[in-house]
Amino acid sequence: MSASSSLVESGRDHAPASTMPVIAAQKRHAAIVRLTHWLTTLAFVALLISGGEIVLSHPRFYWGETGNINRRPWLNLHLPSSRATVPTGYGFVLPDQNGWSRYLHFQAAWLAVATGLLYLIFGLVKGHFRRNLVPAPNECSVKAIGISMIRHLRFERPGKEEAWSYNVLQRLSYLLVIFVLFPLMIWTGLAMSFGFTAAFPLAARLLGGHQTARSLHFLVTILLTLFLLVHVVMIFIAGFRPRMRAMITGRATPPTE
Amino acid sequence: MSKISRRNLITTGLATAAGLSGLAVAAKLAQRHGLIPPDSGGIYGPGETLTYAAQRLLNRHAMAREFSRAQISEKPFANEVAPLGDEFQRLQAGGFAEWRLVVDGMAAHPTSFSVAELKSFPASSHVTMIGCEEGWTYVAEWSGVPLAYILDRVGALPQVRYVVYRSIQPDWWESIDMADALHPQTLVAHGMNGAELAVPFGGPLRLRVPRQLGYKSVKYINRLTLTDNLKSFGKGLGSSAPEGGYAWYAGI
Repeated sequence: MSASSSLVESGRDHAPASTMPVIAAQKRHAAIVRLTHWLTTLAFVALLISGGEIVLSHPRFYWGETGNINRRPWLNLHLPSSRATVPTGYGFVLPDQNGWSRYLHFQAAWLAVATGLLYLIFGLVKGHFRRNLVPAPNECSVKAIGISMIRHLRFERPGKEEAWSYNVLQRLSYLLVIFVLFPLMIWTGLAMSFGFTAAFPLAARLLGGHQTARSLHFLVTILLTLFLLVHVVMIFIAGFRPRMRAMITGRATPPTE
Repeated sequence: MSKISRRNLITTGLATAAGLSGLAVAAKLAQRHGLIPPDSGGIYGPGETLTYAAQRLLNRHAMAREFSRAQISEKPFANEVAPLGDEFQRLQAGGFAEWRLVVDGMAAHPTSFSVAELKSFPASSHVTMIGCEEGWTYVAEWSGVPLAYILDRVGALPQVRYVVYRSIQPDWWESIDMADALHPQTLVAHGMNGAELAVPFGGPLRLRVPRQLGYKSVKYINRLTLTDNLKSFGKGLGSSAPEGGYAWYAGI
Protein backbone atom coordinates (compact mmCIF):
# COMPACT_ATOMS: atom_id res chain seq x y z
CA MET A 1 0.00 0.00 0.00
CA SER A 2 1.54 3.29 -1.03
CA ALA A 3 1.22 6.43 0.98
CA SER A 4 -0.90 8.23 -1.58
CA SER A 5 -3.41 5.43 -1.92
CA SER A 6 -4.49 5.87 1.66
CA LEU A 7 -5.53 9.42 0.84
CA VAL A 8 -9.14 9.96 0.06
CA GLU A 9 -10.90 9.94 -3.29
CA SER A 10 -10.14 13.08 -5.22
CA GLY A 11 -7.20 13.79 -3.01
CA ARG A 12 -7.34 17.38 -4.16
CA ASP A 13 -8.27 18.81 -0.78
CA HIS A 14 -5.96 16.59 1.18
CA ALA A 15 -2.84 16.25 -0.92
CA PRO A 16 0.10 17.01 1.33
CA ALA A 17 2.41 19.73 0.09
CA SER A 18 5.18 17.21 -0.46
CA THR A 19 3.14 15.26 -3.03
CA MET A 20 3.32 16.43 -6.58
CA PRO A 21 0.02 18.12 -7.44
CA VAL A 22 -0.17 16.50 -10.89
CA ILE A 23 -0.07 13.00 -9.43
CA ALA A 24 -2.47 13.94 -6.68
CA ALA A 25 -4.97 15.24 -9.21
CA GLN A 26 -4.92 11.89 -11.00
CA LYS A 27 -6.30 10.08 -7.96
CA ARG A 28 -9.96 9.30 -8.53
CA HIS A 29 -11.05 6.54 -6.10
CA ALA A 30 -9.56 5.80 -2.69
CA ALA A 31 -8.10 2.35 -2.11
CA ILE A 32 -10.90 1.44 0.31
CA VAL A 33 -13.55 2.47 -2.21
CA ARG A 34 -11.93 0.32 -4.90
CA LEU A 35 -11.44 -2.65 -2.59
CA THR A 36 -14.99 -2.56 -1.24
CA HIS A 37 -16.39 -1.98 -4.75
CA TRP A 38 -14.87 -5.20 -6.08
CA LEU A 39 -15.58 -7.25 -2.96
CA THR A 40 -19.21 -6.15 -3.19
CA THR A 41 -19.25 -7.08 -6.87
CA LEU A 42 -17.96 -10.56 -6.01
CA ALA A 43 -20.46 -11.01 -3.17
CA PHE A 44 -23.36 -9.67 -5.25
CA VAL A 45 -22.72 -12.03 -8.15
CA ALA A 46 -22.48 -14.98 -5.74
CA LEU A 47 -25.69 -13.89 -3.98
CA LEU A 48 -27.54 -13.41 -7.27
CA ILE A 49 -26.59 -16.82 -8.70
CA SER A 50 -27.20 -18.76 -5.47
CA GLY A 51 -30.38 -16.79 -4.75
CA GLY A 52 -31.68 -17.58 -8.23
CA GLU A 53 -31.02 -21.27 -7.65
CA ILE A 54 -32.86 -21.17 -4.32
CA VAL A 55 -35.87 -19.44 -5.92
CA LEU A 56 -36.08 -22.29 -8.45
CA SER A 57 -36.96 -24.71 -5.65
CA HIS A 58 -40.16 -22.71 -5.12
CA PRO A 59 -40.63 -20.08 -7.86
CA ARG A 60 -43.82 -18.68 -6.31
CA PHE A 61 -44.29 -15.69 -4.00
CA TYR A 62 -46.86 -14.91 -1.32
CA TRP A 63 -47.83 -12.09 1.05
CA GLY A 64 -48.22 -12.51 4.79
CA GLU A 65 -46.77 -15.19 7.03
CA THR A 66 -47.53 -18.43 5.24
CA GLY A 67 -47.31 -19.65 1.68
CA ASN A 68 -47.05 -23.05 0.06
CA ILE A 69 -48.45 -24.86 -2.95
CA ASN A 70 -51.85 -25.10 -1.24
CA ARG A 71 -52.07 -21.30 -1.33
CA ARG A 72 -52.45 -18.90 -4.22
CA PRO A 73 -49.28 -16.95 -4.90
CA TRP A 74 -49.40 -13.26 -5.84
CA LEU A 75 -46.58 -13.99 -8.24
CA ASN A 76 -45.86 -17.22 -10.07
CA LEU A 77 -42.69 -17.01 -12.14
CA HIS A 78 -43.84 -19.95 -14.28
CA LEU A 79 -40.32 -21.32 -14.28
CA PRO A 80 -39.33 -24.98 -14.09
CA SER A 81 -38.61 -26.01 -10.51
CA SER A 82 -36.02 -28.16 -8.79
CA ARG A 83 -38.81 -29.81 -6.76
CA ALA A 84 -41.35 -32.31 -8.04
CA THR A 85 -43.93 -31.05 -5.52
CA VAL A 86 -44.24 -27.65 -7.22
CA PRO A 87 -46.89 -27.62 -9.98
CA THR A 88 -45.05 -25.83 -12.78
CA GLY A 89 -46.66 -27.22 -15.91
CA TYR A 90 -43.28 -28.42 -17.11
CA GLY A 91 -42.78 -32.13 -17.58
CA PHE A 92 -39.37 -32.19 -15.94
CA VAL A 93 -37.74 -31.37 -12.62
CA LEU A 94 -34.45 -29.47 -12.42
CA PRO A 95 -31.57 -30.89 -10.35
CA ASP A 96 -31.52 -29.79 -6.71
CA GLN A 97 -28.86 -27.10 -6.22
CA ASN A 98 -30.02 -25.75 -2.87
CA GLY A 99 -27.28 -27.32 -0.73
CA TRP A 100 -24.30 -25.40 -2.10
CA SER A 101 -26.53 -22.46 -3.06
CA ARG A 102 -27.54 -21.92 0.56
CA TYR A 103 -23.98 -22.39 1.85
CA LEU A 104 -22.68 -19.91 -0.77
CA HIS A 105 -25.56 -17.47 -0.24
CA PHE A 106 -24.86 -17.04 3.46
CA GLN A 107 -21.09 -16.95 3.09
CA ALA A 108 -21.43 -14.26 0.40
CA ALA A 109 -23.91 -12.42 2.62
CA TRP A 110 -21.29 -12.30 5.40
CA LEU A 111 -18.75 -10.97 2.89
CA ALA A 112 -21.23 -8.33 1.69
CA VAL A 113 -22.08 -7.24 5.24
CA ALA A 114 -18.42 -7.10 6.36
CA THR A 115 -17.50 -5.15 3.22
CA GLY A 116 -20.45 -2.83 3.75
CA LEU A 117 -19.37 -2.14 7.34
CA LEU A 118 -15.81 -1.35 6.24
CA TYR A 119 -17.15 0.99 3.56
CA LEU A 120 -19.61 2.63 5.98
CA ILE A 121 -16.92 3.31 8.58
CA PHE A 122 -14.56 4.66 5.92
CA GLY A 123 -17.29 6.79 4.39
CA LEU A 124 -18.29 8.33 7.70
CA VAL A 125 -14.75 8.89 9.03
CA LYS A 126 -13.29 10.29 5.82
CA GLY A 127 -16.34 12.26 4.70
CA HIS A 128 -16.73 10.19 1.53
CA PHE A 129 -20.54 10.26 1.62
CA ARG A 130 -20.74 13.98 2.36
CA ARG A 131 -18.19 14.96 -0.27
CA ASN A 132 -18.80 12.47 -3.07
CA LEU A 133 -22.34 11.17 -2.75
CA VAL A 134 -24.62 13.79 -1.20
CA PRO A 135 -25.60 16.14 -4.04
CA ALA A 136 -24.92 19.84 -3.66
CA PRO A 137 -28.08 21.83 -2.81
CA ASN A 138 -28.09 23.56 -6.20
CA GLU A 139 -27.97 20.17 -7.96
CA CYS A 140 -31.09 19.01 -6.20
CA SER A 141 -33.55 21.28 -8.01
CA VAL A 142 -36.18 19.66 -10.20
CA LYS A 143 -34.65 21.47 -13.16
CA ALA A 144 -31.12 20.21 -12.53
CA ILE A 145 -32.31 16.64 -12.04
CA GLY A 146 -34.48 16.95 -15.16
CA ILE A 147 -31.56 18.13 -17.27
CA SER A 148 -29.43 15.29 -16.00
CA MET A 149 -32.20 12.83 -16.77
CA ILE A 150 -32.56 14.09 -20.35
CA ARG A 151 -28.81 13.77 -20.85
CA HIS A 152 -28.95 10.19 -19.60
CA LEU A 153 -31.97 9.33 -21.74
CA ARG A 154 -30.13 10.65 -24.81
CA PHE A 155 -27.20 8.40 -23.86
CA GLU A 156 -24.96 11.47 -24.01
CA ARG A 157 -21.37 10.79 -23.23
CA PRO A 158 -20.63 12.63 -19.98
CA GLY A 159 -18.38 15.66 -20.06
CA LYS A 160 -14.80 15.80 -18.80
CA GLU A 161 -15.85 17.07 -15.38
CA GLU A 162 -17.69 13.84 -14.69
CA ALA A 163 -14.43 11.92 -14.78
CA TRP A 164 -13.78 13.59 -11.42
CA SER A 165 -17.13 13.68 -9.80
CA TYR A 166 -20.50 11.94 -9.84
CA ASN A 167 -23.49 13.67 -11.44
CA VAL A 168 -26.70 14.19 -9.49
CA LEU A 169 -28.54 11.12 -10.77
CA GLN A 170 -25.51 8.99 -10.06
CA ARG A 171 -25.28 10.37 -6.54
CA LEU A 172 -28.96 9.80 -5.84
CA SER A 173 -28.95 6.25 -7.18
CA TYR A 174 -25.77 5.33 -5.28
CA LEU A 175 -27.30 6.72 -2.09
CA LEU A 176 -30.48 4.73 -2.75
CA VAL A 177 -28.55 1.51 -3.27
CA ILE A 178 -26.22 2.01 -0.30
CA PHE A 179 -28.65 3.35 2.29
CA VAL A 180 -32.01 1.91 1.23
CA LEU A 181 -31.74 -1.19 -0.96
CA PHE A 182 -28.78 -2.92 0.70
CA PRO A 183 -30.17 -2.44 4.24
CA LEU A 184 -33.59 -3.69 3.01
CA MET A 185 -31.90 -6.75 1.52
CA ILE A 186 -30.22 -7.56 4.83
CA TRP A 187 -33.39 -6.95 6.82
CA THR A 188 -35.68 -9.03 4.58
CA GLY A 189 -33.05 -11.78 4.46
CA LEU A 190 -32.72 -11.96 8.24
CA ALA A 191 -36.52 -11.84 8.61
CA MET A 192 -36.66 -15.24 6.89
CA SER A 193 -34.27 -16.82 9.42
CA PHE A 194 -36.07 -18.77 12.15
CA GLY A 195 -33.05 -18.47 14.43
CA PHE A 196 -32.90 -14.70 13.93
CA THR A 197 -36.62 -14.01 14.33
CA ALA A 198 -36.59 -16.02 17.57
CA ALA A 199 -34.26 -13.35 18.98
CA PHE A 200 -35.83 -10.44 17.03
CA PRO A 201 -39.47 -11.28 16.23
CA LEU A 202 -40.16 -7.71 15.13
CA ALA A 203 -37.82 -8.18 12.16
CA ALA A 204 -40.49 -10.36 10.54
CA ARG A 205 -43.59 -8.81 12.11
CA LEU A 206 -42.82 -5.22 11.07
CA LEU A 207 -42.50 -6.32 7.45
CA GLY A 208 -45.84 -8.11 7.55
CA GLY A 209 -44.64 -11.70 7.84
CA HIS A 210 -42.21 -14.33 6.66
CA GLN A 211 -43.58 -14.64 3.11
CA THR A 212 -43.80 -10.85 2.70
CA ALA A 213 -40.13 -10.70 3.68
CA ARG A 214 -39.36 -13.33 1.03
CA SER A 215 -41.36 -11.43 -1.61
CA LEU A 216 -39.63 -8.13 -0.75
CA HIS A 217 -36.24 -9.87 -0.80
CA PHE A 218 -37.04 -10.93 -4.36
CA LEU A 219 -38.36 -7.51 -5.45
CA VAL A 220 -35.32 -5.69 -4.07
CA THR A 221 -33.13 -8.21 -5.92
CA ILE A 222 -34.79 -7.08 -9.13
CA LEU A 223 -34.15 -3.42 -8.30
CA LEU A 224 -30.50 -4.14 -7.48
CA THR A 225 -30.09 -6.15 -10.68
CA LEU A 226 -31.60 -3.28 -12.68
CA PHE A 227 -29.15 -0.95 -10.96
CA LEU A 228 -26.29 -3.26 -11.91
CA LEU A 229 -27.41 -3.34 -15.56
CA VAL A 230 -27.77 0.44 -15.82
CA HIS A 231 -24.48 0.89 -13.96
CA VAL A 232 -22.63 -1.33 -16.44
CA VAL A 233 -24.31 0.28 -19.47
CA MET A 234 -23.34 3.73 -18.16
CA ILE A 235 -19.73 2.58 -17.75
CA PHE A 236 -19.70 1.64 -21.43
CA ILE A 237 -21.28 4.94 -22.47
CA ALA A 238 -18.87 6.97 -20.35
CA GLY A 239 -15.90 4.98 -21.61
CA PHE A 240 -15.22 1.47 -20.41
CA ARG A 241 -11.42 1.62 -20.24
CA PRO A 242 -10.96 4.90 -18.32
CA ARG A 243 -13.78 4.07 -15.86
CA MET A 244 -12.43 0.58 -15.23
CA ARG A 245 -8.92 1.96 -14.88
CA ALA A 246 -10.16 4.46 -12.31
CA MET A 247 -11.90 1.78 -10.25
CA ILE A 248 -8.95 -0.64 -10.44
CA THR A 249 -5.89 1.59 -10.19
CA GLY A 250 -7.54 4.63 -8.63
CA ARG A 251 -6.30 6.88 -11.41
CA ALA A 252 -8.64 8.69 -13.77
CA THR A 253 -6.02 9.32 -16.44
CA PRO A 254 -3.24 7.01 -17.55
CA PRO A 255 0.15 7.48 -15.90
CA THR A 256 2.11 10.10 -17.80
CA GLU A 257 5.37 8.17 -18.01
CA MET B 1 7.61 9.49 1.08
CA SER B 2 9.66 6.45 2.11
CA LYS B 3 9.21 7.42 5.77
CA ILE B 4 5.43 7.34 5.38
CA SER B 5 5.68 4.05 3.50
CA ARG B 6 7.65 2.47 6.31
CA ARG B 7 5.17 3.73 8.89
CA ASN B 8 2.35 2.35 6.76
CA LEU B 9 4.15 -0.94 6.44
CA ILE B 10 4.65 -1.23 10.19
CA THR B 11 1.04 -0.23 10.88
CA THR B 12 -0.25 -2.73 8.33
CA GLY B 13 2.01 -5.45 9.74
CA LEU B 14 0.88 -4.77 13.31
CA ALA B 15 -2.77 -4.65 12.27
CA THR B 16 -2.43 -7.96 10.42
CA ALA B 17 -0.67 -9.59 13.38
CA ALA B 18 -3.32 -8.26 15.77
CA GLY B 19 -6.07 -9.42 13.41
CA LEU B 20 -4.61 -12.92 13.07
CA SER B 21 -4.06 -13.39 16.80
CA GLY B 22 -7.54 -11.99 17.39
CA LEU B 23 -8.93 -14.61 15.01
CA ALA B 24 -6.95 -17.36 16.75
CA VAL B 25 -8.28 -16.27 20.15
CA ALA B 26 -11.82 -16.05 18.74
CA ALA B 27 -11.49 -19.57 17.30
CA LYS B 28 -10.29 -20.93 20.69
CA LEU B 29 -13.14 -19.20 22.52
CA ALA B 30 -15.67 -20.37 19.95
CA GLN B 31 -14.42 -23.95 20.29
CA ARG B 32 -14.69 -23.80 24.08
CA HIS B 33 -18.22 -22.38 24.00
CA GLY B 34 -19.43 -24.83 21.37
CA LEU B 35 -19.84 -22.25 18.61
CA ILE B 36 -18.19 -24.29 15.84
CA PRO B 37 -20.61 -26.41 13.78
CA PRO B 38 -19.60 -29.97 12.83
CA ASP B 39 -19.56 -29.06 9.11
CA SER B 40 -17.11 -26.17 9.63
CA GLY B 41 -14.54 -27.66 7.26
CA GLY B 42 -14.45 -26.90 3.55
CA ILE B 43 -14.83 -23.70 1.58
CA TYR B 44 -18.15 -22.74 3.15
CA GLY B 45 -16.90 -23.39 6.69
CA PRO B 46 -16.19 -19.73 7.54
CA GLY B 47 -19.68 -18.52 6.61
CA GLU B 48 -21.29 -21.48 8.31
CA THR B 49 -19.32 -20.94 11.52
CA LEU B 50 -20.10 -17.22 11.54
CA THR B 51 -23.81 -17.91 11.10
CA TYR B 52 -24.00 -20.59 13.79
CA ALA B 53 -21.85 -18.68 16.30
CA ALA B 54 -23.66 -15.37 15.72
CA GLN B 55 -27.09 -16.97 16.08
CA ARG B 56 -26.13 -18.89 19.20
CA LEU B 57 -24.77 -15.72 20.79
CA LEU B 58 -28.04 -13.94 19.96
CA ASN B 59 -30.70 -16.58 20.45
CA ARG B 60 -29.53 -19.23 22.95
CA HIS B 61 -32.65 -18.77 25.12
CA ALA B 62 -34.90 -17.00 22.63
CA MET B 63 -38.28 -18.50 21.76
CA ALA B 64 -39.41 -19.19 18.21
CA ARG B 65 -42.24 -16.87 17.17
CA GLU B 66 -45.63 -18.17 18.29
CA PHE B 67 -48.91 -17.46 16.55
CA SER B 68 -52.57 -17.37 17.53
CA ARG B 69 -54.79 -20.36 16.79
CA ALA B 70 -56.60 -18.16 14.24
CA GLN B 71 -53.39 -18.06 12.22
CA ILE B 72 -53.13 -21.85 11.87
CA SER B 73 -52.92 -22.73 8.17
CA GLU B 74 -56.14 -24.24 6.85
CA LYS B 75 -54.30 -26.45 4.39
CA PRO B 76 -50.82 -27.26 5.68
CA PHE B 77 -48.51 -28.75 3.10
CA ALA B 78 -46.97 -32.17 3.81
CA ASN B 79 -43.68 -32.38 1.97
CA GLU B 80 -42.97 -35.57 0.08
CA VAL B 81 -40.91 -38.31 1.70
CA ALA B 82 -39.27 -41.38 0.23
CA PRO B 83 -41.66 -44.36 -0.01
CA LEU B 84 -42.28 -45.73 3.48
CA GLY B 85 -40.52 -49.03 4.10
CA ASP B 86 -41.96 -52.45 4.99
CA GLU B 87 -41.11 -52.06 8.67
CA PHE B 88 -42.97 -48.76 8.82
CA GLN B 89 -46.01 -50.22 7.10
CA ARG B 90 -46.03 -53.21 9.46
CA LEU B 91 -45.96 -50.87 12.48
CA GLN B 92 -48.59 -48.62 10.91
CA ALA B 93 -50.89 -51.61 10.36
CA GLY B 94 -50.64 -52.28 14.10
CA GLY B 95 -51.62 -48.71 14.93
CA PHE B 96 -48.01 -47.96 15.96
CA ALA B 97 -48.61 -49.92 19.18
CA GLU B 98 -45.21 -51.56 18.71
CA TRP B 99 -43.38 -48.34 17.74
CA ARG B 100 -40.49 -47.72 20.14
CA LEU B 101 -38.40 -44.61 20.67
CA VAL B 102 -35.02 -45.88 21.84
CA VAL B 103 -32.97 -43.46 23.96
CA ASP B 104 -29.33 -44.49 24.30
CA GLY B 105 -25.84 -43.09 24.50
CA MET B 106 -24.67 -40.98 27.43
CA ALA B 107 -27.61 -41.57 29.73
CA ALA B 108 -27.73 -42.99 33.26
CA HIS B 109 -30.80 -45.06 32.32
CA PRO B 110 -30.88 -45.83 28.60
CA THR B 111 -34.34 -47.07 27.72
CA SER B 112 -37.07 -47.05 25.11
CA PHE B 113 -40.59 -45.63 25.14
CA SER B 114 -43.76 -46.65 23.39
CA VAL B 115 -45.93 -43.99 21.78
CA ALA B 116 -48.54 -44.59 24.51
CA GLU B 117 -45.93 -44.00 27.24
CA LEU B 118 -44.81 -40.79 25.55
CA LYS B 119 -48.44 -39.64 25.37
CA SER B 120 -48.78 -40.21 29.12
CA PHE B 121 -45.90 -37.83 29.85
CA PRO B 122 -46.55 -34.13 30.56
CA ALA B 123 -47.39 -32.59 27.18
CA SER B 124 -46.56 -29.18 25.83
CA SER B 125 -47.84 -27.44 22.74
CA HIS B 126 -47.16 -24.38 20.65
CA VAL B 127 -48.52 -22.73 17.52
CA THR B 128 -45.41 -22.16 15.41
CA MET B 129 -44.35 -21.84 11.82
CA ILE B 130 -42.56 -24.58 9.99
CA GLY B 131 -40.57 -23.45 7.00
CA CYS B 132 -38.77 -25.36 4.32
CA GLU B 133 -35.39 -24.36 2.94
CA GLU B 134 -37.24 -24.20 -0.39
CA GLY B 135 -39.09 -21.12 0.85
CA TRP B 136 -42.61 -22.25 1.74
CA THR B 137 -44.17 -22.09 5.20
CA TYR B 138 -47.24 -23.04 7.18
CA VAL B 139 -48.43 -22.51 10.75
CA ALA B 140 -49.68 -25.39 12.92
CA GLU B 141 -50.20 -26.28 16.54
CA TRP B 142 -47.74 -28.95 17.61
CA SER B 143 -48.05 -30.98 20.78
CA GLY B 144 -45.78 -33.52 22.36
CA VAL B 145 -43.27 -34.19 25.12
CA PRO B 146 -40.50 -31.62 25.54
CA LEU B 147 -37.22 -33.28 24.60
CA ALA B 148 -35.76 -31.76 27.79
CA TYR B 149 -38.22 -33.86 29.84
CA ILE B 150 -37.07 -37.07 28.15
CA LEU B 151 -33.41 -36.15 28.63
CA ASP B 152 -34.09 -35.53 32.30
CA ARG B 153 -36.03 -38.78 32.65
CA VAL B 154 -33.25 -40.93 31.18
CA GLY B 155 -30.62 -39.14 33.27
CA ALA B 156 -28.62 -37.44 30.52
CA LEU B 157 -25.02 -37.14 31.65
CA PRO B 158 -23.68 -33.62 32.15
CA GLN B 159 -21.11 -34.01 29.37
CA VAL B 160 -23.78 -34.55 26.69
CA ARG B 161 -23.37 -31.88 23.99
CA TYR B 162 -25.56 -33.15 21.16
CA VAL B 163 -28.67 -35.24 20.67
CA VAL B 164 -28.62 -37.38 17.52
CA TYR B 165 -32.03 -38.46 16.27
CA ARG B 166 -32.93 -40.94 13.59
CA SER B 167 -35.88 -41.65 11.38
CA ILE B 168 -37.02 -45.18 10.70
CA GLN B 169 -36.45 -44.19 7.07
CA PRO B 170 -32.92 -45.09 5.93
CA ASP B 171 -30.18 -42.42 5.85
CA TRP B 172 -32.35 -39.82 7.57
CA TRP B 173 -30.81 -38.60 10.77
CA GLU B 174 -30.03 -35.26 12.34
CA SER B 175 -28.49 -33.81 15.47
CA ILE B 176 -28.95 -30.67 17.54
CA ASP B 177 -26.86 -28.96 20.20
CA MET B 178 -28.03 -28.59 23.80
CA ALA B 179 -29.33 -25.04 23.16
CA ASP B 180 -32.00 -26.64 20.98
CA ALA B 181 -32.22 -30.00 22.77
CA LEU B 182 -33.04 -28.39 26.13
CA HIS B 183 -35.14 -25.63 24.56
CA PRO B 184 -38.73 -25.66 25.88
CA GLN B 185 -40.22 -25.54 22.35
CA THR B 186 -38.30 -28.59 21.12
CA LEU B 187 -40.80 -31.45 21.25
CA VAL B 188 -41.04 -35.13 20.52
CA ALA B 189 -44.30 -34.30 18.78
CA HIS B 190 -47.18 -36.77 18.63
CA GLY B 191 -50.03 -34.36 17.91
CA MET B 192 -50.81 -31.64 15.39
CA ASN B 193 -53.73 -29.19 15.30
CA GLY B 194 -55.52 -31.03 18.11
CA ALA B 195 -55.38 -34.45 16.47
CA GLU B 196 -52.91 -37.30 16.31
CA LEU B 197 -49.89 -36.49 14.21
CA ALA B 198 -50.78 -37.85 10.77
CA VAL B 199 -48.29 -39.94 8.82
CA PRO B 200 -47.71 -37.39 6.02
CA PHE B 201 -46.68 -34.85 8.69
CA GLY B 202 -44.35 -37.26 10.50
CA GLY B 203 -46.58 -39.42 12.68
CA PRO B 204 -46.39 -41.27 14.95
CA LEU B 205 -43.38 -39.27 16.24
CA ARG B 206 -41.57 -36.27 14.84
CA LEU B 207 -38.86 -34.22 16.50
CA ARG B 208 -40.10 -30.65 16.20
CA VAL B 209 -37.31 -28.01 16.32
CA PRO B 210 -39.10 -24.72 15.63
CA ARG B 211 -36.01 -22.48 15.66
CA GLN B 212 -34.60 -24.29 12.64
CA LEU B 213 -35.82 -25.14 9.15
CA GLY B 214 -38.17 -28.05 8.53
CA TYR B 215 -35.44 -30.47 7.54
CA LYS B 216 -34.25 -30.52 11.16
CA SER B 217 -37.76 -31.62 12.22
CA VAL B 218 -37.20 -35.25 11.25
CA LYS B 219 -40.26 -37.43 10.67
CA TYR B 220 -40.82 -40.98 12.04
CA ILE B 221 -38.14 -40.85 14.74
CA ASN B 222 -37.35 -44.09 16.54
CA ARG B 223 -34.00 -43.40 18.20
CA LEU B 224 -32.33 -40.66 20.21
CA THR B 225 -28.62 -40.93 20.98
CA LEU B 226 -26.96 -38.66 23.54
CA THR B 227 -23.34 -37.85 22.79
CA ASP B 228 -20.49 -35.48 23.49
CA ASN B 229 -19.02 -35.83 20.02
CA LEU B 230 -20.47 -36.11 16.52
CA LYS B 231 -17.32 -37.47 14.89
CA SER B 232 -18.36 -41.11 15.18
CA PHE B 233 -21.75 -40.62 13.49
CA GLY B 234 -21.85 -41.12 9.74
CA LYS B 235 -19.13 -39.10 8.05
CA GLY B 236 -18.68 -37.00 11.19
CA LEU B 237 -20.43 -33.95 9.78
CA GLY B 238 -23.21 -34.00 12.36
CA SER B 239 -26.11 -35.33 10.32
CA SER B 240 -27.22 -36.69 6.97
CA ALA B 241 -27.92 -33.13 5.72
CA PRO B 242 -24.23 -32.14 5.25
CA GLU B 243 -23.58 -35.53 3.68
CA GLY B 244 -26.15 -34.50 1.07
CA GLY B 245 -24.63 -31.04 0.67
CA TYR B 246 -26.88 -29.13 3.09
CA ALA B 247 -25.83 -27.23 6.19
CA TRP B 248 -25.99 -28.93 9.59
CA TYR B 249 -27.24 -25.76 11.26
CA ALA B 250 -30.52 -24.62 9.74
CA GLY B 251 -31.41 -21.57 11.85
CA ILE B 252 -31.20 -19.51 8.66
